[in-house]
Amino acid sequence: MSSDDYVTRADLGGQLGHGPILLDSEHEPWHAAWESRVFALQLSMGAAGVWNLDMTRAARETLPDYDQRSYYEIWFGALLKQLEERGLVFADEVAAGRSLHPPRALPRVVHARDVPTLQARGAPTERLATKGPRFAVGQRVRTIAGPIPHHTRLPRYAQGKPAVIERMHGMHVFADANARGQGEHPQWLYTVVFRGTQLWPDAEPGLTVSIDAWEPYLEAA
Amino acid sequence: MSGSGDARGIDAGHLSKIGEMDLRVRALESVLVDKGYVDPAALDELIDTYETRIGPRNGARVVARAWVDASYRDWLLSDATAAIAWLGYIGRQSEHMIAVQNTPQRHNLVVCTLCSCYPWAVLGLPPTWYKSAPYRSRAVRDPRGVLAEFGVTLPPDTDIRVWDSTAEVRYLVVPMRPVGSEDLNEEELAALVTRDSMIGTGLPRTPQAVDA
Repeated sequence: MSSDDYVTRADLGGQLGHGPILLDSEHEPWHAAWESRVFALQLSMGAAGVWNLDMTRAARETLPDYDQRSYYEIWFGALLKQLEERGLVFADEVAAGRSLHPPRALPRVVHARDVPTLQARGAPTERLATKGPRFAVGQRVRTIAGPIPHHTRLPRYAQGKPAVIERMHGMHVFADANARGQGEHPQWLYTVVFRGTQLWPDAEPGLTVSIDAWEPYLEAA
Repeated sequence: MSGSGDARGIDAGHLSKIGEMDLRVRALESVLVDKGYVDPAALDELIDTYETRIGPRNGARVVARAWVDASYRDWLLSDATAAIAWLGYIGRQSEHMIAVQNTPQRHNLVVCTLCSCYPWAVLGLPPTWYKSAPYRSRAVRDPRGVLAEFGVTLPPDTDIRVWDSTAEVRYLVVPMRPVGSEDLNEEELAALVTRDSMIGTGLPRTPQAVDA
């Protein structure tokens, strides 16, 4: 996909017209058995070393019918897209329900005995700091203006807005680069806080909203 | 928490879609197993982990400990990842934790407007509403209106802070300890801590409500 075409359909912050919140019960991770299988397939393939979580998020948010899909339908669509794009699975195989082409070698296959360790380790994104931070706690900054023509974690509602640095989290894998296969390019990560009234015309006076922003999202104000 | 109901609006059309998804997912799983990319036993183990071992009771124990032990609370607020790991809760989607404390002056609310980021190791997998467009769109803009839909009314002079989880940092809200809970032990206190109270869309149960 060329960057000119990049459209995320997942950037929902501040949109109006999505209707009431439909509440569900506390102890129901899945509504159907297939949802749990999709969940496990995604976690297992995600740990195979073929793609990273930022690539997966990009694959999900660019599904053309994102807003028509239930949550695990989004997961399934992105999983299938990632498998097919890399030649790991072909459409005729999914139609037939069995392998019709030789498998490709994966960097790793997750077995049951690996699950507790994988689970406990997770996928930390903090990296050793290789340079000093550009900003300090309390400093006024401004987020960069959009549009941003690739996967990003800077929501549209928070683009081009004044903010204050509130916390520093060390250097973390930079999602914008990692999603595009450019490597981790760790950057300083900050919690930056906005006054609600600078984000929304209808915000109540005391509202503050924060995001976690990598340094390339920020300019000195 | 007030409100209930099925978020999915099951009807005949939806049921046939569930059937179709069931078939498509089975087909894909068969292909992946056939090719040796996934191990069915690992899939079962992953599902079992989230059905039986990871859930909001983990976070409730963290909150209850913070309520009874001021030094633990201070540790939690200054280094949540370590303080939560000390109680045994670590791992995927909770690698970098921040705990934020509600006070009479400030109520905290957590959202992920871009997807569904959520602290799995302490709260389990997110509820459907957390992942859905109505909550993700409005939480950052009209949180008081959102709270009203959850049956929560805050004092008008309580400011609201919304944490949009845009990176890999995950947030746990430490709600205020309910009035009248002074005589309860840690385990009894944990029973008052609801999942939603740790997201910020709810308040803990009161001892009176539990007794009733």
